[in-house]
Formats: sequence, structure tokens, C-alpha cells
Amino acid sequence: MNEVVHIGGIAPMPPDLQELLGRVARGDRDAFSHVYDAVCGPVLGLVRAVLRDPAQAEEVAQEVLIEVWRGAARFQPSRGSAMTWVLTLAHRRAVDRVRSAQASSDRERKAALLDRTPAFDEVTEEVESRLEREQVRRCLRTLTELQRQSVTLAYYRGLAYREVAELLAVPLGTVKTRLRDGLIRLRDCLGVGA
Amino acid sequence: MSTAELHTLTGAYALHALSAEERAEFERHLEDCAPCAQEVRELTATAARLGLAVNVTPSAALKEQVMRRITTERQDPPKVQQPSPASGARRRGRALPRFVLAACVAAATAFGGVAVWQQQEASDAREEARRSERQSEELASVLAAPDAKVTTGKLADGASGTVVVSRERNKAAFLASGMPEPPSGKVYQLWFDDDGTMRPAGLMDGSALTGPALAVLMEGPVDTADGMGITVEPAGGSERPTGAALALMDFPTA
Ligand SMILES: [Zn+2]
Repeated sequence: MNEVVHIGGIAPMPPDLQELLGRVARGDRDAFSHVYDAVCGPVLGLVRAVLRDPAQAEEVAQEVLIEVWRGAARFQPSRGSAMTWVLTLAHRRAVDRVRSAQASSDRERKAALLDRTPAFDEVTEEVESRLEREQVRRCLRTLTELQRQSVTLAYYRGLAYREVAELLAVPLGTVKTRLRDGLIRLRDCLGVGA
Repeated sequence: MSTAELHTLTGAYALHALSAEERAEFERHLEDCAPCAQEVRELTATAARLGLAVNVTPSAALKEQVMRRITTERQDPPKVQQPSPASGARRRGRALPRFVLAACVAAATAFGGVAVWQQQEASDAREEARRSERQSEELASVLAAPDAKVTTGKLADGASGTVVVSRERNKAAFLASGMPEPPSGKVYQLWFDDDGTMRPAGLMDGSALTGPALAVLMEGPVDTADGMGITVEPAGGSERPTGAALALMDFPTA
């Protein structure tokens, strides 16, 4: 597995991922193999953080990777980097899965969440790309407590903002605002461009 | 939701923390709001960095499985013809229960508010289908609501429109027959009339208008609206009516 470690800058990814995706869109399996190596670690890590069940996570990660193969032609560089595109797909898929599972086990899930407010440390236990992780941790520390909790609950736990509000016992409008200004502060700290 | 409120949803949207309905509403807003679209791009890229930070090492078996699967997985063509939500609904051939108007609308069920923004993601066709399905069910539930009230009026050129309001479900549906296609580059836009102030309630595009009749679930809650209107607007719709009103109808009173 290749390590994907990049610090700062606009594109936290291998420089040629976008070009590789272009080849994947034309059916190039060899190019896909390189894309796989570049994205699979973060995809699986993210899906596992949200789903917390290794077997389910592997299943969903596989679906995401197949979707990258199938949908490579839909990637639009003007909308963001290739890595962002892939990880946005992965997050969406993981969140969809969590929410559909949730319907059946809503009460247990809420109880578990309340029992154990997530800390970023917990999520990053298995992190390999140390530099990226360190930078994200450092920037998360610049957020207010409420911003940090709101952003991490939504992103790493896949909670809807209504659930975040309920869990933290703050008004809906406050959570919406904290998600936005928290991400803006992260964006500035990480030096993310469009 | 007011425009000012919509501007605050960029973060929740980038984190996939909105409900399906809010997400759809915000995506319509994104088509018209360049600053929000820009902010969404940046915050989505920021969220992806949170994902990058939880990198793990996958098993070799996973790669083998994926590489094997792609040999039989058909790829989407470069230029994807967006399926019209209306055609999806027609294929489903969903029967609308009981309600007296059901028979005339079952043939052509259409939905407003196609969110172009969302179409970029590969999962979107599925999501769109799910959304259509949800809306179709919601439409059916409005038409079948025990407290549904109906008004019918004449539109221009022999077309007629019917509005069905369920105060209990806080939803309304609009049914039309004989409406011509809007001029090219234009759409029909529905509005709730809040005591003279028009509130956007979704779009009907040309593809929705084929067939003898159509039914559209109006987007958003009825709340205190006492009527509805239809105007012709530029593609993507407008925040306020800019085009000529084809019809203004009062809601039936209880
Ligand atoms: Zn906006």
C-alpha cells in the first residue's frame, strides 16, 4: 500500500490522480490499479470511522471503489480535486448506510452515542499517514469545543445536524452555524483552496 | 426556508448532515447562488481532508476482489444523459390509491426541482430514483389524504389545472392537463401564495409535460399559504416570480 502523505497545499494527493482518472474513464484497468492504490487507504479508513464495523466497512469501501471505476467519466476537475471527489463519494455512501441501519436500531444507537461522545483520537487510532493526521489534529484544536464536536460528530459519525443538536442539547440553528464556521476555520488552517 | 437561512447550510451540506428534503432544497439554491457554490467546493475539499487523516491499510484481498469485479462492471458513458425523473416514475407505473383524480394522473407523474448539482456524483442516479420514489409516495399520500380539498381552474389555451391541498399533511399537489411545453430554455415554476408573497414551490420542466396529464407534488410546506401560482421562468427557476403568471389559484377553504 502506498502511503499518501501530503502536507498543506491545495491538492492533498498524488499529482497525477486526475490524469489517471481520465484514463480510467476510458476503461484503462492499469490506471485504475494506480488510482486504487492512492485512494483505497483513505476510503476504507473513512468508511470504517463512520460505520465502525470492519466487515460492513469493507463491503461499502468496495462499493465506493467500484463506483469510482464506473463513474470516472463524471469526475469534473472544475468542482474539486480527484481525491475530494472520491472521498466525498465514500462519505456519502457511508452516511447512507449508517442512516438506513439507523432506522431499525435508532434507540440503541442514540444511547451508545450519548454514552461515548467521540473524540478525534478514537477515530484516528489506525492512522498511517502521520503528517496528514497531525496537521488535521492541530487544526481541529483551533476550533471551539462546540465547533469541533459538531464537525466530528457529523463527519466521523455520519450524524445529521438535527441529531448533533439533540445530542449536544443545542439549538438547530446553532449547529448549522457551527458546522459552517467550524469548517471555514479548518479550511483556513489547512490552507484548502477550492 | 428563507434565502438567508439557506446561505448558512454550506457546512452541513458538505458534511452530508442535511435531511434529504433540505439537501434537495439547498441544491436548488446552489444553482443560483455562486458564493454558496464556491463555499461548498471549499468546504467539501476541507471535509475530504478529515477523511484523508483516517487512512488505514487495506487488505490485499480487497484489491483482488475489486480488480476482479471491474472486469465485469460496465462503465458509465462519458456524457451521461440524465434520466428524467418523470420517466423513472412512469416506468414504476405506481398506482395512486383511491383518490378520484388518481386515474387521470397515474399515467404521468412528474416531479419538480431537478437538482443538476447533485448529478455529478456517481451514486446520483440511484439517489434520484429513491427521491422520486419518496416524492411519488408523498404525492400519493397527499392525493389520498382524508382531508384533501380540491379546486380546479382554467389555464390559458384550454389547459386546466387542479390543486389538491391537505392541511393535515401540510402539503399540496398540482395537477394539470393540456399544458403546452414551456418555451425553450424556460420552465414552469410553482409558487405558494403567502398572502401576496410568492414562495418557490418547485419546477416543472418540459419533459414532465408529455402525456395527457401530470401531477406535481409542490415542494415545501403549505403552512399559511392561501393560494398558488404558476409562472414561466428561466431554466433553474427564480427566487421570485419574474415571468408572466399563467395561473393564480386560491386554495380551497376548509
Ligand atoms: Zn447562498
